[in-house]
Amino acid sequence: MLVVEGVHTFYGHIEALKGVDLEVKPGEIVTLIGANGAGKSTLLMTVCGTPQAQSGRIVFDGQDITRLPTHQIMRSGIAQAPEGRRIFPRMTLLENLQMGALAADPAHFSEDLERVFAFFPILKERQTQRGGTLSGGEQQMLTIARSLMSRPRLLLLDEPSLGLAPMIVRQIFKIIREINERTGTTILLVEQNAYHALRLAHRGYVMVTGAITLTGSGAELLANREVRAAYLEGGH
Amino acid sequence: MEYFVQQLINGLTLGAVYGLIAIGYTMVYGIIGMINFAHGDIFMIGGFVSIITFMVLGVFGITWVPLALVCMLVMAMAFTGLHGWAVERIGYRALRNAPRLAPLISAIGMSIFLQNYVQLLQGARNKPLPPIISGGIELMTSSEGFTVKLGYMQIIIMVTTTVIMVGFTLMIARTPLGRQQRACEQDMKMARLLGVNVDRTISLTFIMGAALAAAAGLIWLLYYGIIDFYVGFLAGIKAFTAAVLGGIGSLPGAMVGGLLIGVIEVFYAGYFSSAYKDVAVFMILVLVLIFLPTGLIGRPDIEKV
Repeated sequence: MLVVEGVHTFYGHIEALKGVDLEVKPGEIVTLIGANGAGKSTLLMTVCGTPQAQSGRIVFDGQDITRLPTHQIMRSGIAQAPEGRRIFPRMTLLENLQMGALAADPAHFSEDLERVFAFFPILKERQTQRGGTLSGGEQQMLTIARSLMSRPRLLLLDEPSLGLAPMIVRQIFKIIREINERTGTTILLVEQNAYHALRLAHRGYVMVTGAITLTGSGAELLANREVRAAYLEGGH
Repeated sequence: MEYFVQQLINGLTLGAVYGLIAIGYTMVYGIIGMINFAHGDIFMIGGFVSIITFMVLGVFGITWVPLALVCMLVMAMAFTGLHGWAVERIGYRALRNAPRLAPLISAIGMSIFLQNYVQLLQGARNKPLPPIISGGIELMTSSEGFTVKLGYMQIIIMVTTTVIMVGFTLMIARTPLGRQQRACEQDMKMARLLGVNVDRTISLTFIMGAALAAAAGLIWLLYYGIIDFYVGFLAGIKAFTAAVLGGIGSLPGAMVGGLLIGVIEVFYAGYFSSAYKDVAVFMILVLVLIFLPTGLIGRPDIEKV
């Protein structure tokens, strides 16, 4: 579904991605783990074309999207819930969801709205509240809900657990699994919370300073000694 | 008292013009964070297109006033919209990620260019428009014989401005396009990630701002009966002052700021000295920037982490 081949991305003169290869197959949950600054978010943003890859190829559903402008990529069936949530603070919750539905057929807006409220019932009660006044957990739910409004075939989730209380983190991961199972949405998940992410994912990749160093099924990576030492020791 | 009421009426009329121009400044600032100093000249072009349309209509013998006014407004909006679009496309888009000073200087260049271009095409002399709407209502007369008049022209100006501003506010608040503009203003990167064509949205913002300035240009022409290539400079800076007073980036702020600046200017001219009315307006700019940099309705600019 998504194939990333030898992608290099630069921020000015800094090479953030040094030839990344990665594949996501239809219906999978794939997680990308790694330390802060490894380039995980950069990879998700490069898939979305902002910044564009300097070299290499990104293919989505058989179509080369490497050089497409971001707004076209985001209308071709990919959605992202980015790092830091990026809720529009001075729009209501409903308006935020309407923005998410931009790439979708307006005819099924109300149907999609009911669908995301089924995943996140709390959001239904807060429809007229401004984005900036929601709690961190609610904002995270709204970010995911907003990205679902376009009926994406591939959903990119960047650090959905960041800064949330453990109970809410468990809830979010449970919903991510439900989204994958019930709607068949393919998910590429970037996480620092390696334990939760690897337990959830079918497959995983480990990224170190701009390159993939290890790959395997979620269970294999959870059992891997290096992964345990680097990302799991001391936690959970 | 009667004198006061008369000045208030005149001030609100002038303020309506400033408010319409100020919206263009504030929208562009909100969305790309730059002051479009060519906006005053876009307003001037609106006035020129209006007067040219009026003359062309005269050639064809169309003299029915309401039809003439509608034609002037539509033509002015279309042509200034085109100019607004071109200014952004040529002067600013390439500098979107440049240091802030670069588009500012480019804007001043655009302003000088537009003034000289109109001067070359239309000449440096004043263009007069014969009064096409005259008369009015006498509201009250004081014991000394001072009569308060509300001109039909002033009624038309206030009604037109109110309709335009209400329609415009609804468009920003309710339509998908307005929502996309607000999204770009609040988080351009996220808007792009949701599939918004940001370049197109910015172009439309310039076109809309220019169309409102065109309405202001037409009103100015009708009210003062005269226009020249330099008129956009002073009116533009006063409208910019209005936008700053209201809180730059805020639409209601631009409208309120425009009315206030109009009223202040007229009152200063009426009670103190009409020679120094511009000084009064720019003193407000200085005072607001020093003591109230976020303006009356603006919000403090908090950097998000």
